[in-house]
Amino acid sequence: MNAAPGVVAVTLVTLATLLIGTWGLRFSRTTSDFFVASRSVHPRLNASAIGGEYLSAASFLGVAGLVLTFGADMLWYPVGWTAGYLVLLVLVAAPLRRSGAYTLPDFAEARLGSRGARAVCSLMVVAIGWLYLVPQFQGAGITLRSTLGAPSWVGPVTVGLVVLANVSSGGMRSITFVQAFQYWLKLTALLLPAMVLLAVWSADGSPRAVGGDSWSVPLAAGGGEGLYVTYSLILATFLGTMGLPHVVVRYYTNPDGRAARRTTLVVLALLGVFYLLPPLYGALGRVYAPELAASGRSDALVLELPRIMVDGPLGELLTGLVTAGAFAAFLSTSSGLSIAVAGVVGQDVIGRVGSRLGGVAAFRVGAVFAVTVPCVVALAAPNLGVARAVGLAFAMAASTFCPLLLLGIWWRRLTAAGAIAGLLAGGLGSAVAIAWTLATSEPEGWADTLMGQPAAWTVPLALATMVAVSLLTASRVPPGAGRFLVRLHTPETLELDRG
Amino acid sequence: MSDAGSPPERVRVSGPPRRRTPGARTSDIDAGTRLGGMYLGSLLREQLRLALGVLTLLTLLVGALPLAFHLWPGLAGVHLLGVPLPWWLLGVLVYPTLLALGWAYVRRAERNERDFAELMSEVER
Repeated sequence: MNAAPGVVAVTLVTLATLLIGTWGLRFSRTTSDFFVASRSVHPRLNASAIGGEYLSAASFLGVAGLVLTFGADMLWYPVGWTAGYLVLLVLVAAPLRRSGAYTLPDFAEARLGSRGARAVCSLMVVAIGWLYLVPQFQGAGITLRSTLGAPSWVGPVTVGLVVLANVSSGGMRSITFVQAFQYWLKLTALLLPAMVLLAVWSADGSPRAVGGDSWSVPLAAGGGEGLYVTYSLILATFLGTMGLPHVVVRYYTNPDGRAARRTTLVVLALLGVFYLLPPLYGALGRVYAPELAASGRSDALVLELPRIMVDGPLGELLTGLVTAGAFAAFLSTSSGLSIAVAGVVGQDVIGRVGSRLGGVAAFRVGAVFAVTVPCVVALAAPNLGVARAVGLAFAMAASTFCPLLLLGIWWRRLTAAGAIAGLLAGGLGSAVAIAWTLATSEPEGWADTLMGQPAAWTVPLALATMVAVSLLTASRVPPGAGRFLVRLHTPETLELDRG
Repeated sequence: MSDAGSPPERVRVSGPPRRRTPGARTSDIDAGTRLGGMYLGSLLREQLRLALGVLTLLTLLVGALPLAFHLWPGLAGVHLLGVPLPWWLLGVLVYPTLLALGWAYVRRAERNERDFAELMSEVER
């Protein structure tokens, strides 16, 4: 196997990332720059950056592999990941921006006036961030093993080091440029080979795959259980987007609520264009590379397909291109998540412990912590499949932050006690489900199904708990809640006392 | 113009007033009166109703698909241009649908806010 295109691709992407990141270093010096790009990012640039950051290894590699192995019901992953932004737009985008807080723990503290709620939120941010980061590092391991023949630990460590360097040096501002660049890189990296592969396919006479009809049914197998699994996945992805730490932080870089909505609209378009492509690879893979599904290496489909279908130097070039895209995918999402987690760790943990570190220094220490732990876990933990693991992170986000945001933004009577109770209920429920899933090798029966896709019961559980406990502690509705809701919902042009 | 030798006249330059005097209605919200609460509540309800409307459409157009294929499995066998229907629906058509829903929402939400702002800046006579 020729490792040259892979090496070139990885090196170029790494260099480009570090260079663009360093260029951004010139613009960022204060903590505000570091965290929120000084609120001066242009909407279209911001939308490209959001798209770039959001499209992780799961989108680039995982979806195609799942479609190859399981068929049309895996399309709910990309559909859900896009529809999640529509749900975010409709319920959360403008109010979240107007709240003025930097992060989800900030929002909780501002809305509820409670340090306890803030602490629980910080815990959840770190948990969800790490849960999402581990599959990214594992995906990097898969990529480098597939294209370079490198041992599995090289990928995670490389990505970890590059992310650490980038995040520590430039913070959010430079990351914005890098993320925007990487969206377009990823799109190109998937689009160009796809066009070539389609040409090859039709030149071959458009061969069809032999196989069962169930591959085209957009519903998981197993009757009632299949219906549950599909709907639970839909719930997790549709509701989880708003609770992802690296998504929320980008909202604060918009100038106002209106811009926040419009940026989200552009993101919807960018994601839609991108997600047309992975299923194409899955379908072609069924014709040309069905053995990958059987051998359990379906996550490497996108990387292997160009080489399988196209011989000679063109095949090598295309392989290099998809490798670059895959590597960009891990880098961008890992960077975004690391910033979000590092910000929380820096502000809430280090700042609290009373050390002498200033804002930026605390952030850097937080970054080391935020990157190292998932890197180590990725090396040690079993591989669940990149897209499925990301789906579990979505389930946890949907069970914790989604109820908090929905009730915090639209319901005046949410109390701190209610929020904490709901967060803990949702968080523990999804954590138990995830641990169960990791421990189960051969899922069978309803218990394993419920635990494999927990969102359908953890989300209602968290919502119900939040509402019930808030009503029970109705005497402790935060006094500034009404004023805060004015701020969230009224257009900024109006002259109002926003507290 | 003035004679040469005497200082030029002072001219006061002013633009349109930059701050609008708050109308009686915004002060209702500021003061936290019941009327103010009702104004704010009406905005919230309008926006929430819009949001839920869009979500209902999303559920019907997209969320109902698994149920539809569960009840009528034959749909998966329908082919258009050689490609089975589910791939068209979930692989291609869903994305413009989401974008259209989002676009309709943004337009309506901005209109709601404009209407509210107009309502608030009317000064009570």
